[in-house]
Amino acid sequence: MKKNSVPILLTALLALLTGLAYFEIIDLYIQSVIMFIGINIILASSLNIVNGYMGEFSCGHAAFMAVGAYTASIINVALFTNDKVFGPAVLSSELALYCFPFVLIISGLVAAVAGLMIAIPSFKTRGDYLAIITIAANFIVTSTIINISSIGGARGFMGMKKIVFAMEDVVDLPWMLVWVCLSTFTCIWIIRRFVSSTYGKGIIAINNDEIAAEMMGVNTNRMKLVAFMLSSGLAGVAGALFAHILGYINPGSFGILKSTECLVMVYLGGMGSLSGSVIAAIVFTLLIEGLRFIIPAIDSGLHMIAVLPDSYHLSQVWKWVIIPLVLVLLMQFKPEGIMGNRELSDIFPRLKKFYKFK
Amino acid sequence: MTASIIQNIFNALQWGSFYSLIALGYTLVYGVLLLINFAHGDIFMVGAYISFFVATFLLGGYAFGPPFGLPGWMVLGLTIPLTMILTSVVGVTLERVAYRPLRRKGANRLYVVITALMCGIILENGNLAILGASRKSYPELVDKVVYTFGSITVTNLKIGVILSSILVFAILQFIITKTKIGMAMRAISYDKFAVPLMGIPIDTIIVFTFVLGSSLAGFAGILFALSYPVLDPFMGALIGWKAFIAAVVGGIGDIRGAFLGGFLLGFVEIGVVAFFPSTYRDLIAFTILLIILCIKPTGLFGVAKTTKV
Repeated sequence: MKKNSVPILLTALLALLTGLAYFEIIDLYIQSVIMFIGINIILASSLNIVNGYMGEFSCGHAAFMAVGAYTASIINVALFTNDKVFGPAVLSSELALYCFPFVLIISGLVAAVAGLMIAIPSFKTRGDYLAIITIAANFIVTSTIINISSIGGARGFMGMKKIVFAMEDVVDLPWMLVWVCLSTFTCIWIIRRFVSSTYGKGIIAINNDEIAAEMMGVNTNRMKLVAFMLSSGLAGVAGALFAHILGYINPGSFGILKSTECLVMVYLGGMGSLSGSVIAAIVFTLLIEGLRFIIPAIDSGLHMIAVLPDSYHLSQVWKWVIIPLVLVLLMQFKPEGIMGNRELSDIFPRLKKFYKFK
Repeated sequence: MTASIIQNIFNALQWGSFYSLIALGYTLVYGVLLLINFAHGDIFMVGAYISFFVATFLLGGYAFGPPFGLPGWMVLGLTIPLTMILTSVVGVTLERVAYRPLRRKGANRLYVVITALMCGIILENGNLAILGASRKSYPELVDKVVYTFGSITVTNLKIGVILSSILVFAILQFIITKTKIGMAMRAISYDKFAVPLMGIPIDTIIVFTFVLGSSLAGFAGILFALSYPVLDPFMGALIGWKAFIAAVVGGIGDIRGAFLGGFLLGFVEIGVVAFFPSTYRDLIAFTILLIILCIKPTGLFGVAKTTKV
């Protein structure tokens, strides 16, 4: 029981969410919030490999998301739909459902290869110089996409909704929700397996002392390569899911701001804490979506007590003032993030009785 | 051909001046605190806005302004010091409110960096939320004079920007190398733990560093607003990131490196635009900088630290 409790719980969660969405008890908006939570969990936990466990400062995570998003979208649109640029469909659109996991994996692999762009300089460079390389990589990826006009350039790329509809034509289920949940679970499982394995502990050794790790026989270059490629590959999967949920992507949505969001989630949760990343991703997404409703309420409240002039209304822009402000305050009072570098079972030791998650 | 080359050189020097002035602020703070002050690009934006309000106020644009309209050159002469003072107040406030408490608690350096990033976002979006999305057009303070040498045309503004950035750099170099407070700044970057033992007030030095860096950003804001008189809240973001990259390529922590790195970035960007479509500017410029960093990982002037085992 103890061994199986986590898989049972997750399967139940998946079944519950799918059922609720299938019988339309939760509407499309709530479904999309749940899917964004899933994507943010993947992004935060994958960035945590590099920024948390390995202690580097990578601030270009959105670049790999962009690579994954564009790869998956292009493959799907080119194979399964009639498109102006890529010509008629190569395969029947019914196959889109069965090929989707493979497309996700391929986009992850392509993003992992793009991760080499950071991984190779990281052999020689550390710290702030590596940070700048990641920022430059982010700019390079987005401006490369802008300059390729056949995939839409700055206008963006669309047509992924057709794939989603084709999947729903085959079996009538909320497929994107299912894929997001499955990928999130797989991603967390992979990361957990990786960092708690003997091999993966080399990453934590690099964080503590790179030279000592090397002396103890850790192949630091290879560990860095693996960490960066795993991190960017998972970000690519998140990007692929993101593209299919929205049905439209443009290079602007993978800029530095998106990378900043990923960073915020990692440091909000705590460096080197997987459950921290998950909690932070949930809190952060709910905060963003919640403010959508809270801000108009505050606005009408302030107008009622006549603090604000009639001509001025609080707009949604305030969201991006309030969220950073909350984070700055949180940093002041809890400078190590929500969880520090501990996991959930370290804070509540009694939980260990009920589950085992390796 | 030569005319267009010289014309481009002037453009590159102008953009290089903006980048260098901002990069100097990054490198000053980094040298003393080892903190990447990601809010610096937005302090530049705040500087431009402050100078806009100060200049409009002095020109009599507001109901509560001076009753007489001052001439443009006098307005400019007053705007520059006022803006530099007000911008440095903003920078020091950030340091006091956000960075210092974290430093006192001994938080991980990266958490301070994230706080800086957040402060930058607050400045950008707070500005957007309070002042609205309409762009501000900057008043014309100096009459444009166009000098023509053969087929080369240069405005007095462009020359002013280039000369004043070089002048500012010279003053800064003097402060850093010749004065006592500059010596203290160098000492902190050399050994942070021994400095308080020598009776140097470390917090005063840090505040002074932020004053210098922010006032330089404010000055860059004025120069930028004079040359490109349209202000919007996100003008600082991209320039700030680019200036940071310039500072790193020059070797962060060294002011000569930041200065030259800024000009290098200016030349690379203008050079790219001269030969390729302008959408390739960021792509090629960043690729070149990436290659420089791969060959020389500590930047042009950076000294590789030997790690003792």
